[in-house]
Parts: sequence; C-alpha cells; structure tokens
Amino acid sequence: MNKQTLLLGIFAALLVAFPAFAGNYLLSVATLILYFAYTGQAWNVMMGFAGQLSLGHALYVGVGGYTAGAIFYHWGIGPWAGLWVAMALCVALGVIIGFLAFRFGISGVYFALLTIAFAEFTRIGFDHLDWTGGPGGLFLKVAQRDTWDVANFRGPPLMYYYTILSLTVFAFLLCFFLLKSKAGYYWQAIRENEEAAQALGINTFRWKMLAVALSAAMTSVSGVFYAFYYNNLFPEQVFSIGRSIEIILGPVIGGVGTLFGPILGAVVLTVLSDSLTELLAAIGWEIPGIKQVFYGVVLLAVVMFLPNGIWPAVAKRLRL
Amino acid sequence: MSFDLVVNVLIAGTLTGLVYGLMALGLSVIFGVVRVVNFAHGEMMTVAMYAATVLFAMLGLDPFVVALPVAAAFFVFGYLLQTALINPFITRPEHSQFMLLVAVAIVMVNALLMVFGPDARNVQVDYQLDSFEIGKILVDKARLYAAAAAVLTAGGLFLFFKFSKTGKAIRACADNYLGAKVVGLNVKKYYALTFGLGCVCVAIAGCAMVLLVDVTPPLGPAYTLLAFVIVIVGGLGSMGGALLGGVLIGVSEALAGLFIAPSAKSMFSFGLLILVLLFRPQGLLGRR
Amino acid sequence: MKRRQFTQALAAAAVATGFPSLVKAQAQKLKIGIILPRSGYLGFIGQSCQKGADLAPGVIKQMLGVDIELMNADFESNVDTARTRAERLIQEGANVLVGPFDSGAASAIAQVAEQRGVPFVINIAAAPLITEQGYKFVFRNFQTAGDIVRNGLALIGDLFQATNTVPRTAVFMHVNDTFGQAMAKGIGAFMPRLTQLPFKIVDTISYDPAAKDLTVEVSKAKAANADFLLLVCRLNDAIILRREMVKQRWNPMGIVSPGSPGMYEEQYFKTLGKLSEHSISNVPWYNPRAELTKVVEKAFLKQNPKDKLVFHGLNAGFTFEAILIAADAFKRARSTDPKTLADAIRQTNISEKMMLGGPIKFNEKGQVEGIGSACVQNLNLLPTVVLPTGAATAKPVFPVPGYKKA
Repeated sequence: MNKQTLLLGIFAALLVAFPAFAGNYLLSVATLILYFAYTGQAWNVMMGFAGQLSLGHALYVGVGGYTAGAIFYHWGIGPWAGLWVAMALCVALGVIIGFLAFRFGISGVYFALLTIAFAEFTRIGFDHLDWTGGPGGLFLKVAQRDTWDVANFRGPPLMYYYTILSLTVFAFLLCFFLLKSKAGYYWQAIRENEEAAQALGINTFRWKMLAVALSAAMTSVSGVFYAFYYNNLFPEQVFSIGRSIEIILGPVIGGVGTLFGPILGAVVLTVLSDSLTELLAAIGWEIPGIKQVFYGVVLLAVVMFLPNGIWPAVAKRLRL
Repeated sequence: MSFDLVVNVLIAGTLTGLVYGLMALGLSVIFGVVRVVNFAHGEMMTVAMYAATVLFAMLGLDPFVVALPVAAAFFVFGYLLQTALINPFITRPEHSQFMLLVAVAIVMVNALLMVFGPDARNVQVDYQLDSFEIGKILVDKARLYAAAAAVLTAGGLFLFFKFSKTGKAIRACADNYLGAKVVGLNVKKYYALTFGLGCVCVAIAGCAMVLLVDVTPPLGPAYTLLAFVIVIVGGLGSMGGALLGGVLIGVSEALAGLFIAPSAKSMFSFGLLILVLLFRPQGLLGRR
Repeated sequence: MKRRQFTQALAAAAVATGFPSLVKAQAQKLKIGIILPRSGYLGFIGQSCQKGADLAPGVIKQMLGVDIELMNADFESNVDTARTRAERLIQEGANVLVGPFDSGAASAIAQVAEQRGVPFVINIAAAPLITEQGYKFVFRNFQTAGDIVRNGLALIGDLFQATNTVPRTAVFMHVNDTFGQAMAKGIGAFMPRLTQLPFKIVDTISYDPAAKDLTVEVSKAKAANADFLLLVCRLNDAIILRREMVKQRWNPMGIVSPGSPGMYEEQYFKTLGKLSEHSISNVPWYNPRAELTKVVEKAFLKQNPKDKLVFHGLNAGFTFEAILIAADAFKRARSTDPKTLADAIRQTNISEKMMLGGPIKFNEKGQVEGIGSACVQNLNLLPTVVLPTGAATAKPVFPVPGYKKA
C-alpha cells in the first residue's frame, strides 16, 4: 500500500467518523463542503476531462432539483425514482448544449457564454413556470426529520451528511477509474490538443459529448440532493450565475483536472470563509463587506501565484 | 396598441440600446484585442458611476463634464491593471482568467459596499426627468444625450483605430499576435494601451449611465453579462458592432416587453445570443 | 415512594431557599440569536432590522425587567449561510432565534430550528407556506402575503371613502418575484369578493425586479388610460417607475400599493425628493399613538440620533416585537430551556404592543392572526399614517394635486 492510498484511507476514515466528534454546526458546514466538493467534481469532468469551460452549471443543479422536487410535490413519488427522470432530463440538456456547441465549432469563451445564456434563459423560464411554483418557489413538505426515511430521503442532518459523503466518494472513485481507462486517455488527449487527437483517429465529438453528458448527469444528482436537503427552491437562487461561480470556485482553486482538487478547494474555501467571519468578529471589524474583500484578495492571490491550483502545489510538497 | 405607443417604445428601445452599446464598447475593444475575458467589466463601470456621484456631490458638476477627468483616471487605471495583473494571464487558460477577474470583481463590489454603504446614490441634474415633446412622441432628454455620447465615443474610437498609427498598431496586435511581434511591435505596451482605452469607454459609459440609473454596489454583474451578450451579437472588436448589438438588444427587449411579457424580456437577449453563437459566432459586424 | 417524594421536595425547597443565587442564575439571561442579512443584496434591509434589535435590550429591561443578550449573525443574503449560521448560533447557546426577513432563509432556518428543538420567531417573511409545514418550533408575527393583500385592498376601499373619490379603473403593475407573484395571486383571489371596491383592473403588467429600464412597462401602463396605478413593487423599481412616470408625463390619480415595500423607505424620499410625495402604501405598520411606540422611538433616537424611526417602521418594529415575544415568554417560563420557551411562546398574549392590530396570540400553526395594516402616505417627505383614523396623524390626500385626467 503506497503512501497515497494510505493517506486517502486515513482521510476517508476521518470523514466517516467526523460526526462523532463534531457538533451540529460543524456537521452542517461539513455537509456544505462535501456538497460543493461533489458538485465541483462533477463540473470537473466537463472541464478537466473534455476541456470545456462551463459557466452555467447551475442549470443542471436547478433542473435536477426542480424535476425531482416537482415529481415529489405533485405526485408524492420519492427521490429515488425522481432521480432518474432528473438525470435523464439533464443529460438531454447537456447533449443539446454539447451538440450545438461542438457541431458549430464553439469553444473556449464562446462555449462558456453559451452555457451562461442557457442557464439564464432557463432561470427566467422557471420564473414563469407555474407548475414548479414560479418565482414564489417550490416548497417540499417536510414530513419528519427524526428517523432515517431513506425512501423519501427525509431524516436528521446526519443522514444527509452520510449521503453526500457517499456521493463524493463515489464521484472520486468514478473519476479515478475513468482517468485510468481508455476514456481517460482519450479525454486527456483531446484536452491537450484536439486537432492532434483527431488526427490520431479519435472521434473527438463523441468523447466530448460523453464528458458533457456524464458531467450533466452527476450534477443533476447534486440538484436532487439540494432539493431534498433544503426543501425549497427559487429560480432566482438556484439558477443564478452566482451559483455557477460557486460551483467552479472549488475546482479552480483546488486544481482543475485533478482528482483531489475539487475536494481540497471546497474545504479551503469554506474554511476560509468561516474563519474570516470568526476572525473579523473577534477583532471587531464587523463592517458589512469587509469579509468578502479579504476573501476576494485571497482568491486573487491563489489564482496569481498558484495557477494550477492548490492541490498540485501541496502534492508536490508532500511528494505524493 | 396604438401607433404612438409602438413608436415611443421603439425610440426608447433604440436610445437605451445605444447606451448599452456605449457600455459594451469598452469590452469590445478589450476583448477584441487582448482577448481577455473581463468579468469585472460591469464592476468597473460601477466604480465610474460612483466617481461621478462623488464629484457631483462635491463640485456640483454635470456627469458629462466630469466624464473627461474620470476617463483620464480610468485610462491610467486600466493601463496599470493590464501591466501588473492581467499580462501574465494572457496565455493562461480561460478559467484562470475568469477566476482572476471574478476575484477582482468581488474585491471591487465589496470595497464599494464598505466605502459607500448599501444605499443607492445618484446625481440630480435639471434635465434628468425632462422629455422632448414632438407631437405625441416623447423623447427622454437624458437618454438622448447619453445616446449621443455613445455615438460620439464610438465614432472617435473608430477614427482612432482606422487612421492613427497607434490605432493601426493595436489592430495589428489583435489580428496577428506573432506577426506583430515579428514586426517589432511592443505588444505588451499596446495591450496595456488598449486596456486603458477600454477603460476610458467604461468611464464615459458610467458617467452617462449615472443619469439614468441609481448606483448600488451590486449593480455590476448584470451589466457585465449584458455587455458580453452585446459584444458577441455585435461582433468582437467592432465599434459599430457594439452599438448595433446594443440597439438590437434594446429594441428586441422593448418589443418583447410590449407584445409579450415584460418580465420575460431578458429571455430574448439570451435567445438572441444563443442564435448568434450558433449561426454567426463572429457577430454581425465582426470578422472571423 | 412517598418518602422519596418528600425528600425530593425538601431538597428542592432547600435549593430554592438556601441557594437563591443559584436559582436566579439559572433563569438570568436570555440569549437571543439575531440572524439577519447585513451584507449582500438584502444588506440595507438587514441593517434596518438590526436597528430594531439593537435597541431592544434596554427597552425590554425597562418594560419587563428581564435581561436579554443579543447574538448577532449575518447570513449575507445567502440561504446556505443562513442554515450554517443558525446551527452555529444554537451551538453557541442561543435559546431562541429571531429573523431573517427573507422567505428562503426563513425556510432553511425553520428546518434547523425544528430539528434542534429551538424556538424561532420570524420577524418578517410573507411566504404563506412557512407556517403550513406543521412545525412546532416556528412562530411568525407577521402577515402572510394573503393577509397583506386582503388588508391592503380593504384599506383602499377605506381610502376612497375617506376622500370621497370613486375611481373606476386601475392599472396593476407588479414585480415578478416571490413577493409580487404572491400578491398578484392574492389580488386575483380577493378582488372579485370585495364588491365595495368601485374600480376594475384594466391591465396587468408584470416586470423583472432586476430591470433597470422600465420604459416599455410604463408606456404600456400609461396607454391603459386608467384612473390610478395599483403597484406591487420593491424599492429600486419603485424609484425607477416614479421617474419614468415623470419622463412620460403620466399623472394618474395616485400610486397605491396594496402591500409592498419600497415607497415608504428612506431611499425613496432621499432619491426622489418632492416626487415621492403622496405615494400610498398599505402595509403592516406601527401605531404612532401607542405607548410602546413612543418608548421605542425614544430608544431609537438615542442610538441613532441622525435617523428617524419612521423610515424603519416596518423593519425595526417587527424585529423589536419578535424579540419582545421571546423576552415575554422567558419572563413567564422563568427558564432558558428551549422546549419550555417554545411552550411559553405558544401561550403568548401581548396586548400592549407597538405594531397595529389585535393582541399577539399564536394559532396552532404558529401564526399570529389579526395583525393590522395602515394606509401610509408620503406627506412632507415622511411616511405618515393616514388610516385607520384611530392611528392616523394626518388626513389622506387623493387624488394627488398633479392629477391630470388623460
């Protein structure tokens, strides 16, 4: 067992045992971190694997969440069934966007803008969709929260923590095995130099579409989780470009295209955000806005001095 | 649906569109030449708007007058920003550029919040709520003046890029980075100049915009997005394209608002963006 | 068995009498977690509510003789942060939570409060569904969107009666967000039933709350040629609309809101100056003639000498009352145990209050019924209560002086 696997194992064990020694507050923070780690990992598939910058990923979170949520709200069908419908819908959306983009040769900034446009379009659309509550929001009935009702995904915060932890681990393992597989090599080739990959006979269109579809599917699950954890959805909040930016903060800071980047990034950012709040409160500098200024400066510093993200630098140090 | 109503709405849409175009002009210049994704564009305009309100409060000067010194300051700011912060990022991948400017935007918005507080600020000039009356047609004075500023600025820039030596050099850098270097142009300097020029446009736009809209710290992001939509639709690096894109968006939103549903009018801008991206990604007046 | 009970009673008595300081220490200070959006896009409202919280400890000590300690948290206008902040406050020992102004955040915090068994008193949030979830620890001392509309429309009828006017038509403009949509639905539901209202709505125009340009909307509204403008808005769009009305030379009989923020807020006056005059908002408000209002106003001026309570009437007033409810329950319960507090809150019956309406009493859903609204008109650059006559400090003006029949 090499150093990497050992460290990974210890880390995983810590995460599993975490609720035992952490309070409720830390548990809620950890759930949030894992949520962003998982969603970031899902985004990373499209960016890191296929090299396509999506700035409208909140689209899949929103559509996934609303689909499963609306199905539960209108027909009482639990999230395990709703999940598949949500995934199917998001994959379809991803495929449409991917198809439009790749067929018409749109990439780079233009692709990013296309994704933003779709997300905004959908946001305004949902604002006018009465079936999902319109701007007034979709409120899911919170039946009970004491016992683990896995079928309807209702229960205490502990249940949600372990669910998102499982999802994050699953995403990590999935990406790990994918990277090592043939698909992984094709993706890396396309990312490095698409023309050369094409010259080698790789059907870049097909593999890019696969990455997009996979990313969309994974992100939709994130949306379903979100819907049943928060129990209400507003188009303005769920589809907003702020959300899309939040999703990519983790992977970009942590390290795009790396396996561990999104997780590390999510941890660092949330810890940073909370620590800043505590620190500023302790000093007494509670001017509205000051915390975000510090946060922005740190972000700036990381982007400037650690261009590939924190994880590659850390990994080098630890000689992993 | 009377004829007067439609005409009024069309005129308003066109004028508003020209103002949007003015706002997008700076982005077109920067994006068209330096190819940097300036996601802090709207925030920069917000800073310009605040500058105009502060100068108005202190000196009582009309924003159009104040536009000159503010533009000069912004030129310097843009030049320095490009040299110090953005230059190393030109060759970096888009997501890095994006993140850099998102961070800059976050710092700007919240610094503004800290300094100015969350309340809206504005200027109060005499002609602000006045309209020209031509029969049954009403033309908003402030909007007309702002639109005029847009056309003047765009015209000035166009002449600069077409006829001046610096302007031609900048266009060379935009067209062919390698070639420009080969010929011996100091590309970095020209990039910085361009960024400075782009910021000049932003400053003028801000001073014009402050007559129409109250400024609050979180005003920026919506305008950044709008600027990108306009620049893509109109065409990168094209002055006329920015104005045309602006007018298209302004008029389509106005008509959509009139005939369909005002609350959904933004959908049309995004729909238009998607169509342009698919069928004519260089924009209406851009070159491939 | 009996002996043990006796010994226990004896021990309790010994504790109660022999250790008076211990008993007092148990029920000494109530820790209230104040969770508001003090930064982010709701920043200015959160800061307004905070003013109502800051003056509370002093006033409540004077009124009820109990000590309360405020634990302030800023959820930055972000729902995720609202949830974690709430958890944090509870972990740090908050006995009660008060807040948050925003319906989305209220829903998130409610779930945390319910999960942890800590009472949560909502100061302001209009989404009706929050008190329809069967929560046992969530309480709301504010009108639901439906109540706001019903009261608002009724007050419009009173307004016309008081000024002897009979407008026949109205154009209804509303912002297309959570609040606006709920109001629009409410109006659609209540208008047909309120047959004493003399007017009909000839056109409905909904607009984007983020829009900076409302030229088209106002053009459409003007073209409807209605007698007056019925408006559901927020602060920023209210200002834009008012300006656009001047630019397009549209002067209806008046601008009346059946219940929405915006036109009574300080920014509206500061930005529009004389143009803000005569706009009417029918909103939950404080009774300027109530005893408690005067006490609160004094405390407010002491802490904010350059400000006026009237500009924060709704925000600060309801925040203060929410804290009052918590403190009152604490006084009766004599304990900081959350469950006991929740039970005590359920038994609340406060008639000496600041906001208009009947006594504060919670129904089985945790909702206070009978909160009143006032017709608040902008007169002399101040929001002034003109109806109901019992609380009024001036007479309503309608139609407005600049009215020009189209």
